[in-house]
Amino acid sequence: MINTLRQIFRSGKFVAGFSIFAAILLGSLIYPLIIRDAPLTIIGQGTFFPPGIYVSVYDSVGATTTYTLDIDDAAVNRIASRFNEEDRLAVKEWLVAAGIPEAEIDTADTEKLLAQWETNFDSTKRIPGMTNAKRNYYIRLNSSIDGLLSSEGLVIAAKNAETGALEQIDTIEQSDYVNVTEVANVRVLPLGTDNFGRDMLTELVAATRVSLSIGFIAGTVATLIGLTLGLLAGYIGGWLDDIIMFVTNLFTVIPSFVLLILISFSIGQEQRGAFTVAVVIGFTSWVWTARAVRAQVVSLRNRDHVNLSKLSGHSIVYIILNDILPYIASYVVMALILQISSGILAEAGLSILGLGPKTTEVPTLGLMMNWARIYQADIQGRWWAYLPVLVTIASVAFSMNLMNTGLDQVFNPALRD
Amino acid sequence: MKGYRKYFTTKLVWFLTTFVFAFLLNFILPRLMPGDPVAVITQRVTQGMTSQSGAQAVYEQYAEQFGTNKPLWEQFARYMANVVRGDFGVSFSQYPRPVAQILGASIGWTIALQFPAIIVGWLIGNTLGALAAYLKGGFDKVVMPVSIFISNFPAFGMAVILLVVFGVNLRWFPTSGGYGFDLIPSASWGFVWSVIVHYQLPFWSVVLISIGGQAIGMRSMAIYELNADYVKYARFMGIKDWKIIGYVFRNAMLPQITGLALSIGTMVGGALVAEIIFSYPGLGYTILNGVIGQDYPLISAATLIITVMVLIANFAIEIIYGLIDPRIKAAQAD
Repeated sequence: MINTLRQIFRSGKFVAGFSIFAAILLGSLIYPLIIRDAPLTIIGQGTFFPPGIYVSVYDSVGATTTYTLDIDDAAVNRIASRFNEEDRLAVKEWLVAAGIPEAEIDTADTEKLLAQWETNFDSTKRIPGMTNAKRNYYIRLNSSIDGLLSSEGLVIAAKNAETGALEQIDTIEQSDYVNVTEVANVRVLPLGTDNFGRDMLTELVAATRVSLSIGFIAGTVATLIGLTLGLLAGYIGGWLDDIIMFVTNLFTVIPSFVLLILISFSIGQEQRGAFTVAVVIGFTSWVWTARAVRAQVVSLRNRDHVNLSKLSGHSIVYIILNDILPYIASYVVMALILQISSGILAEAGLSILGLGPKTTEVPTLGLMMNWARIYQADIQGRWWAYLPVLVTIASVAFSMNLMNTGLDQVFNPALRD
Repeated sequence: MKGYRKYFTTKLVWFLTTFVFAFLLNFILPRLMPGDPVAVITQRVTQGMTSQSGAQAVYEQYAEQFGTNKPLWEQFARYMANVVRGDFGVSFSQYPRPVAQILGASIGWTIALQFPAIIVGWLIGNTLGALAAYLKGGFDKVVMPVSIFISNFPAFGMAVILLVVFGVNLRWFPTSGGYGFDLIPSASWGFVWSVIVHYQLPFWSVVLISIGGQAIGMRSMAIYELNADYVKYARFMGIKDWKIIGYVFRNAMLPQITGLALSIGTMVGGALVAEIIFSYPGLGYTILNGVIGQDYPLISAATLIITVMVLIANFAIEIIYGLIDPRIKAAQAD
């Protein structure tokens, strides 16, 4: 046993696959211990906030200490972020349409451009051929670049509880800074939020855990059924073999995906928990294991050591457990690994069809894909809503397949390079 | 041809048997499930209805329509009679369109998309696998890992990536639908062009999905054959290289054809999901709509049609295999 393990871990492919898989598994187990937020809490009021560090504006204004930093390019950065190249071209376009000669407009000269804009822009003016959306864009742009060049600070005012009048409580200079570590509320969203405003990373980790367990349950169910049927058909043979092989052949050609759809749909949305879906997937994917186990058992059945066991009067159960199972154990483990990975893929496919687990309790990788699709994350370019999910699914499947190939090479010398 | 009769008859009998069982499963599975499908449907239809007797009347009407108040064998006879006549009932979600009409509109899209795509993917995959086995070295080192990765990539993932790269970022192809939403199906050039342009992304995503697995299978088959004794013998005999390669690939091809027959069900499943990503108006999208609309007759009929299509494809491949494999020809001659 130890020798076999040592041999397995000498296979490069297996180790690579195992490391990826172990990293994903450990990550999904350890992460919730450190970050204890419930994965499905809705924190964002809106859809698809981009990844980044979110700093509370209120708390940074009220931070106990503010620092003054004199940084040369601060003003340049500020202008660049609020008045980018695209905005400048839009301003130019408007000015040209408003009748300013093109030669007089220089988009690189911020000061002059803004001065021209301020004197000429009129939100009520109608320019022929301009859509309403574009008009609104100009109005927004106007308020955003208003006072861009001013070097004054901002005044913070609060409403007096008694009189209702605004009273100045603080001023913020342009050179004021706060240290992020001193701001009371900072939230890091490494993968942004999803369409419901939930923290993507926390949700993804929880979903990976659920999907892995779905794969594990589905794989175990499928392997157990396949193993039992394969052993019965292969070892006992006769009419039992005929019946089992007939059923197996039947389910080889009837697409399991169709059965999955039919069963999942019939169970109904209410009864479809993650566990049920996993069991249903397991019940529809045992065919290949049964076939392969039977083929192996048939070739083992008449080996000398099995015959010897029979002559010694051992029971069928004893012979199967001691003389047959050890010989096919390696194969069964490999089949289990593949079943787990295809179980995860099957759940994802089902969820995209809207036949995944009930949506309110747990996230799964497939459900996350499905929500991203429904809210058109792909078309709107919200990569953080689907790409990490896809990468997770693909790496789980890839790592399991690598492990399987590695095991195959260890146990099947003909395949070694 | 005469010698083949036995082979074809066995295959045909097997095809018909599976067909009957698929049919039975399609009928019986939903009825085995806990809960009363008619009650679920009634609940949906009568939402917001206050009168208890009204709901009762609706329940009875649906029970009558589906025949769930009759014994099981009578239900089955009725179901069969209806299916034989091509009558799959009336869709719930698109009432009063008959299910047959909805499926008739979408089945053509699915066949036109998946049949060529799976064949092309199979051909490309086998060529790549054979080349990897023959050329070895750098080509093999690139093709193999890429194939392994692709074959593990979920079908919908491939579709999403193609959609984002070529549809959203590069804007080469439209992102959804079977043809431009501003067009009415007609035989005009504009419409045909629109169909062709909309066809590309779904087509290539199905092709890419099927390439990986085939390439891996073909490579190991071809490597096995290249090391076989007859190849060495032929080399010693001084037979030309290209001729040997011809033999090798013909032999390596045979298991690949069986492989196609066995994996076609899985491929179709993946392709149906890929259709959904592109909102392609085929069967996958119809099933999605059926699921959303809790449309039991539509789902039941769609799954039956897909099963029948896969069975026919399987049967066709078996027949072709029988014609190609010399061993079967030899066995028939005995």
